[in-house]
Amino acid sequence: MALLPFTLPFAELEVGNHLYWQIGNLNLHGQVFLSSWILIGALLALVLVGTRKLDRDPRGVQNLLEFLWDYLRDLARDQIGEKYYREWLPFIGTLFLFIFVSNWGGALIPWKVFELPEGELGAPTADINTTVAMALLVSLAYFYAGLSKKGLRFFELYVEPTPIMLPFKIIEEFTKPLSLSFRLFGNILADELAVGVLVYLVPLIVPLPVMLLGLFTSAIQALIFATLAAFYIGEGLHEHH
Amino acid sequence: MDSITSAASVVAAGLAVGLAAIGPGIGQGSASQGAVEGIARQPEAEGKIRGTLLLSLAFMESLTIYGLVVALVLLFANPFA
Repeated sequence: MALLPFTLPFAELEVGNHLYWQIGNLNLHGQVFLSSWILIGALLALVLVGTRKLDRDPRGVQNLLEFLWDYLRDLARDQIGEKYYREWLPFIGTLFLFIFVSNWGGALIPWKVFELPEGELGAPTADINTTVAMALLVSLAYFYAGLSKKGLRFFELYVEPTPIMLPFKIIEEFTKPLSLSFRLFGNILADELAVGVLVYLVPLIVPLPVMLLGLFTSAIQALIFATLAAFYIGEGLHEHH
Repeated sequence: MDSITSAASVVAAGLAVGLAAIGPGIGQGSASQGAVEGIARQPEAEGKIRGTLLLSLAFMESLTIYGLVVALVLLFANPFA
């Protein structure tokens, strides 16, 4: 995209350029895989370092991890309920940590240092495929949770409180993953684009507040995705009546 | 892309974000109003109110983001080009 007659060395706006890996008939977006592998590696390393030598009085990384665990446990327990939250804590926690680390990693790590033949590295969650995959996983988890715990009585959910709600509930099954994935994708891409445009126009200082706002909203988006996933799973289990 | 299509896409992209911003703007305004009133009445509940407010603001925000996604699709991945 060339808006100006000259090019600044700091930023280019790239949307829809990908590093394609071809496997059979499939075109994979390579840069998404690369950046998510790097971020997953960093997250795994942090967790392994933090849990290798457990102290009774947590210090340093272990303290951070215990704080995160407490936070995620409260989140899952509030939405899913005392009875079943433990089974779903790993899923919710993984979603939250992956999205959070992806969003912040995409914003904080200077990806421009790594040269790719095409496309550029960035937050994996700024690619629609990542978010759609996660949203469909949430849908699967929701059906699995409901069907395994309730059997066919799971479908009572659709006619509660009145059977008039049936069509809306069925449509909701499709809009849930749609809105989950678009919300995350749109927010992260919008942050990246807003920062990109500002850096393009004024490379110094001016983009900083927008970058901070981006960090804030991307943390909130991770929280929202995890909360909604937990809420949907809790809804599928519908314990509360 | 012929010029009519590109002109229509650019106009539609602008309209998509602009129109999608109206409703959530009003909604966020009234949500913040309610939160401020709640905090003024009960300052000790500030933490809880702030958490709920942020979450609901992000939900409203995402409605505008849907408009933005439509605009981005029209600009960068136009299916009619």
